[in-house]
Amino acid sequence: MLSRTADHLYWMARYTERAENTVRMLDVSYRMSLLPSTNGGDTDGWSAILAISELSEAFARSGRPLTASDVIEFVVLDRDNPSSVWNCLRAARENAHAVRGTLTAEMWETTNATWLEIRDITPEKLQATDLGEFFEWVKFRSHLLRGVTFGTMLHDDAFQFVRLGTFLERADNTARLLDVKYHSLLPKADGQNSSTDFYQWGALLRSVSAFETYRHVYRDVITPYKVAELLILNHAMPRSLHACLDEINGILGDIANLHSAEAARQAGELHASLHYGRMDDIFATGLHVWLERFLARINRLGDSISDNFLVPVAA
Amino acid sequence: MSANSTMNAAIPFDEMYAADGSVREHYRPYAEWLAQMPHERIARKRSEADVAFHRVGITFNVYGEEGGKERLIPFDLLPRIIPGTEWTALEAGLRQRVKALNAFLADIYHGQEILRAGRLPADQVLNNAQFRPEMKGVDVPGGLYAMIAGIDLVRAAGADGKGEYYVLEDNLRVPSGVSYLLENRKMMMRLFPDLFSRYNVQPVEHYPDLLLETLRAVAPAGVLNPTAVLLTPGAFNSAYFEHSFLAQQMGVELVEGQDLFVKDDTVYMRTTQGPKRVDVIYRRIDDDFLDPEVFRADSMLGVPGLMAAYRAGRVTLANAVGTGVADDKSIYPYVPEMVRFYLGEEPILNNVPTYMLRKPEDLAYTLAHLPELVVKEVHGAGGYGMLVGPAATKAEIEDFRQLIVAAPEKYIAQPTLSLSTCPTFVDAGIAPRHIDLRPFVLSGGKEIRMVPGGLTRVAMKAGSLVVNSSQGGGTKDTWVVS
Repeated sequence: MLSRTADHLYWMARYTERAENTVRMLDVSYRMSLLPSTNGGDTDGWSAILAISELSEAFARSGRPLTASDVIEFVVLDRDNPSSVWNCLRAARENAHAVRGTLTAEMWETTNATWLEIRDITPEKLQATDLGEFFEWVKFRSHLLRGVTFGTMLHDDAFQFVRLGTFLERADNTARLLDVKYHSLLPKADGQNSSTDFYQWGALLRSVSAFETYRHVYRDVITPYKVAELLILNHAMPRSLHACLDEINGILGDIANLHSAEAARQAGELHASLHYGRMDDIFATGLHVWLERFLARINRLGDSISDNFLVPVAA
Repeated sequence: MSANSTMNAAIPFDEMYAADGSVREHYRPYAEWLAQMPHERIARKRSEADVAFHRVGITFNVYGEEGGKERLIPFDLLPRIIPGTEWTALEAGLRQRVKALNAFLADIYHGQEILRAGRLPADQVLNNAQFRPEMKGVDVPGGLYAMIAGIDLVRAAGADGKGEYYVLEDNLRVPSGVSYLLENRKMMMRLFPDLFSRYNVQPVEHYPDLLLETLRAVAPAGVLNPTAVLLTPGAFNSAYFEHSFLAQQMGVELVEGQDLFVKDDTVYMRTTQGPKRVDVIYRRIDDDFLDPEVFRADSMLGVPGLMAAYRAGRVTLANAVGTGVADDKSIYPYVPEMVRFYLGEEPILNNVPTYMLRKPEDLAYTLAHLPELVVKEVHGAGGYGMLVGPAATKAEIEDFRQLIVAAPEKYIAQPTLSLSTCPTFVDAGIAPRHIDLRPFVLSGGKEIRMVPGGLTRVAMKAGSLVVNSSQGGGTKDTWVVS
């Protein structure tokens, strides 16, 4: 298939996944802010949201106060914020538009309808809607596109590039989420786990739809160590780093060409580190350091995929 | 010019109703169906069609419009119905005309017999901006230049009350609109399946297959299993929907200039599996933008080296480079002469009588009769740069007069045809609106083929004669019934 077509499919999937993960984060912080125990200006959660998406500086430049409604508006609707949900869904739709002939009618209609619906939402309208419902809507539009893709698209190379985009973006997003949340949620020096911590960890799990999964897997109280293990090493957990790398590694094997050895090597190496890695070693390295390295490697893998298959990233 | 008086008949020919108000025979089953159809149901179907077209994204980008650049082309639910016998005659005329036009193109880029025979003034051709000297002596597969032609037909009331078809213009460069023809049919069958049991409507859905066969038939000699692609200017082009639609329906790659490159006079596309050779390019970009090394150097849409590969016979362009010289409005008056010269036949289809303003006597007549005439720019298209005398204000006419006097050779004039009307759903109910018809004629291999009917365009404004979608025109499903 055309490299440019593959590029559009890949980015369509990446932007859709990014929009979904952004509202997953927002949803959790929003629900947390409704808890009585965090009454009175809990700004940590909101600044963490900005940090995860590397938006702290851009937010500061916008001159907005660090309040829940301003952060939500900035992250969801701001036209000048290139990773706002609004811009992600616009970019997803533009990429889909450029290759609509490669998509099935249902895929195109789903992407287009999502965009048409969010296009005209103003800050005022957003304030007036039930935020929880809105976040749910974005998540379900993403579910719908993924399901429609799986259920209607020929499982050929084009399909593989859509999936590749999804899992590369998800690996990046899960790692970021874990990094920032983990940092701000580490047990306090006194070693006491307060009930707030329980809710915070519970919220992190919920943001990746893994609260019940955790219970099912560990049948134990929630501990930071196990949360990290579930989201990093558990290959059966669909949003874990290991699961994403399983997919990426498999797809790169399927679509290999004469010039793609480097991308395959990087993915294989990264996959092996998760497949054979141990949590104790990761913690010995330091989780933050380990995740930062992981993000850098995922980033490099993305560049190699672009160079080897897609439209090379401009220098 | 004796046809003027009849063509200017005050009452236009209506496709559905005869002059005495009775329903024409081929519309009777429809009229009966319509009579027992509740208005609310029609209204509901109209909004259903609107929603569906928006969702599917069958939109049209309009030049010069801010912001919301994607707009729906209004789709009218009342079909334009053509009796099978009428179509058979039209089809023969279209075949003949396109055959002559291709013969003309082959001739002027080779021996130029028609010029030497004095049947057409040489300077009209050789000094025409659309004449491409780069094409002189270049042999193209099958001697075909306009593999895809869109011939615009209009119908006016004849003296005997019968409608008479006229060719308004030939589109031999990159004619568009066929996707609407196909989508309109799909929509009608979805909205009113019961109607199709009352009529034997000839199918059109196989157009993409015909097109693909046409493209493969004109591949460079010796290529056994040719790879065809569709070259688009990109997602912001007004006809992008059609480009992606046709590529998908044919199962060929939709490429932009940046996806192609030329090496050793061979065209390749960049794929995820490395370079792949391209043999036939159905190009939907104008000559000027094809190759920055030969035509416009600032073109970002084309492929450097493409013309060299083309002239070496290593790739086929459909349509060929340089077809514009045959559909130019200054050449149009000579098409009947081409039919006589190349085919030795009398033209089956009528031309609209045309005044060529580079001729002093035609110029004088036109300037004296501006309020009655339609004046068009010779190189204009899409309803831009024209004057519709009867619909224009005095000031507009005077402004246009200055333009004509400044450069008469840039214009032609024609009597204002009272285009036929067809009943159309409007806000106030059903009312007659002017229509035209664009059949798409495919030439590849030995045969000239087309799907029955064509795209019917309709001027949605009462009394308006401008049907172009860029000017707010709409479309109808077109049925050839047997």
